[in-house]
Amino acid sequence: MGDIHVMREDFLPPKQPPRRHLISIGDLTRADVERLLATARSFGRSLEREVKKLPTLRGHTVVNVFYESSTRTSSSFELAAKRLSADTMSIKAAGSSVDKGESLKDTALTLGAYDPDVIVIRHPQIGAPDVVARYTEAHIVNAGDGKHQHPTQALLDLYTIREHVGPLDGLHVAIVGDVLHSRVARSNIQALTLMGASVTLVGPPPLIPRGIESMGCTVSHDIGAIASADVVYVLRMQRERMLEGANYVPSLREYTARWGVTPERLRPGQKVMHPGPMNRGVEIDPLVADAADALIETQVRAGLVVRMAVLYDLLTTGPATVKTPEPLEVA
Amino acid sequence: MLWSKNGRKDNVVFRGARVLDPAEGLDAVCDVRVDGGTIAELGTTLDVNGHRVVEGAGLVLAPAFVDPHVHLRVPGREDEETIASGTAAAAAGGYCAILAMPNTEPVVDSAAVLGSLIEDAQAQAEIPVGFLASITRGQEGAELTDMAELADQGAAGFTDDGRPIVAPGLMRRALQYHGITGRRLAVHCEEPTLSKAGQMHEGAVSAELGFSGYPSVAESLMVERDLSLAAYEEQPLHLLHLSARESVEALRKAQAVGVAATGEVTPHHLCLTDQAVRTLDPNVKMNPPLRAAEDRDALVEGLRDGTIAAVATDHAPHARHEKEVPFEAAPFGVTGLETAFSALYTNLVAPGALPLETLLERMSAGPARIYGLEPPRIAVGAPANLVLLDTAATWRVDEDGFRSRSANSWLLGQTLEGRVRMTVAAGKVVYES
Repeated sequence: MGDIHVMREDFLPPKQPPRRHLISIGDLTRADVERLLATARSFGRSLEREVKKLPTLRGHTVVNVFYESSTRTSSSFELAAKRLSADTMSIKAAGSSVDKGESLKDTALTLGAYDPDVIVIRHPQIGAPDVVARYTEAHIVNAGDGKHQHPTQALLDLYTIREHVGPLDGLHVAIVGDVLHSRVARSNIQALTLMGASVTLVGPPPLIPRGIESMGCTVSHDIGAIASADVVYVLRMQRERMLEGANYVPSLREYTARWGVTPERLRPGQKVMHPGPMNRGVEIDPLVADAADALIETQVRAGLVVRMAVLYDLLTTGPATVKTPEPLEVA
Repeated sequence: MLWSKNGRKDNVVFRGARVLDPAEGLDAVCDVRVDGGTIAELGTTLDVNGHRVVEGAGLVLAPAFVDPHVHLRVPGREDEETIASGTAAAAAGGYCAILAMPNTEPVVDSAAVLGSLIEDAQAQAEIPVGFLASITRGQEGAELTDMAELADQGAAGFTDDGRPIVAPGLMRRALQYHGITGRRLAVHCEEPTLSKAGQMHEGAVSAELGFSGYPSVAESLMVERDLSLAAYEEQPLHLLHLSARESVEALRKAQAVGVAATGEVTPHHLCLTDQAVRTLDPNVKMNPPLRAAEDRDALVEGLRDGTIAAVATDHAPHARHEKEVPFEAAPFGVTGLETAFSALYTNLVAPGALPLETLLERMSAGPARIYGLEPPRIAVGAPANLVLLDTAATWRVDEDGFRSRSANSWLLGQTLEGRVRMTVAAGKVVYES
């Protein structure tokens, strides 16, 4: 049977999307990532100046729509847009028309009526950014869609590693914990392997999705596998996404005993990262979280410059359809 | 068991088509004359007798199709489909008979609901339609319906389609009772504790996209259980919309040891794999889900070798706004009546994976026999149930081109090969393009 040509190209994702969005790390080439990281680095230098605001995106509008709670991501997108002098607007699902049962399509059409240049969206469902992209003209930045992707988190992690650990090519990263529910893990596996790093996933079998090796990583159920890693990337146990009675782990106590990242399981100089928010004492020992080798706050700082770079990149190096601000008419 | 509007009986002569009825062993270029809705004569240079003449040169005239698995959404969701629109869509797809599933609102679990559907069909149905009743009251999986009464009133079979009969003891009772009704039991095989919250096939693609997995074993485990019960009770059983390689293997093994089990497969499971879900298009979300390439190959092979006797569309209309949402929020199901033949011709017959004769048999006599319906055939004295096919034609599937009230097709925007030119159902021309 082997040679049936049933899959038509039309059923595969378009190779060249008509507009530039950042929905998945899969949308990016290695050159795109290099450019974004270089841009972030130059923004990092500009933030060392006394006046931190740049005029770069003056006249552009960035709308943040968050259907899920967020501290880090929403604040850093908002600040990133402000540092670039864009007009920003932040909408949270609670207290908006979403509470009245408005569909995502209608919210997208409503926001689209203001002609925003960028819509940053976080949503609990996979594919929500694609729906918004379908019904607006704006560039879409995915700030997390369900268990699917969180591309700016992966970019800020790459930035953090490169600035504080070393070159990505040939680096070994162990990602530990609840991979099943983690969009951060999925984006990071793609981003790290794209940049030449090797990735090992470590965790209990029910929390490592079947078939994930096809993304180019290896899997171990033994916490000892973190020993050879340059970076240990700890994931949050996403208790809120776990179905009741699903028995992913018998108990958090059992999880921590077996897979918790503790000082004893690390060797000196091994760097530790975590996308936050942390469950201290569950997936990460408080001593590890607060140690000098932890890069957790560094990640948050990197988030600002990386998101500035993402907004800048979409609005200045995109295709010809990107609007250029027209000069104000002076009466 | 089948109902439709009282229709005229047409007089037609099909001239010069390739007349192809695999079940009758017929494959010849000849004329077919239909007198008053009945096939009256086959031959060359037939007398026209003043009948309408349809030129068939270069076309294929075959027994019309039978779809054993359609959701007409009546009663309850007439915004998505009605008996009139669903049977019109079926006519456009080359069908002369369809069977409707009972997972409606309310469920078809009583003589009253079934009776009102039969009345509606007698008033509205463009082609003959039959109705399955549910196995359990409200499809709740707790108590059996009054199956003998429903059978007497004309239920074409029994199913809780969309839901499995979770309790093995209840499934056994349904099989025992089948001996009384004689109407086929059809089961949707899904072990709910394994498929729980599943959005797509569990495998490399779900791992990468982050969707909760609905593993193949959730289906095949239930297939094996139900086949064991059918064997034990020595009753026949029909397996709805198979998707997994292991299910096909289990069915083949059961048939080999004499279990009277049958199976069906949908066009989308025969044409697509879980790779299609990468588009995040809600129109490739269905239950059971699209599976891996090995599964698809096993389904094609099962259809080819006859393990799977029927193509069933599982035509499942959904309102537009219900599919204009993120994949995870969308309901399961896609339409299929108007595209089934063309999708399978394009993706299986044209590339050489399945002979045209086999496809025609599995879309017509195969499904008819499962439910004990008279198979459509091209023979003198048989009622005219005919489809005229243009295998050289190509056409584009457009959202506004459907007779169905819904357009949630996985083929939107695709160009397909092979087109239905005319359908004759129960002696009446019901569709022409």
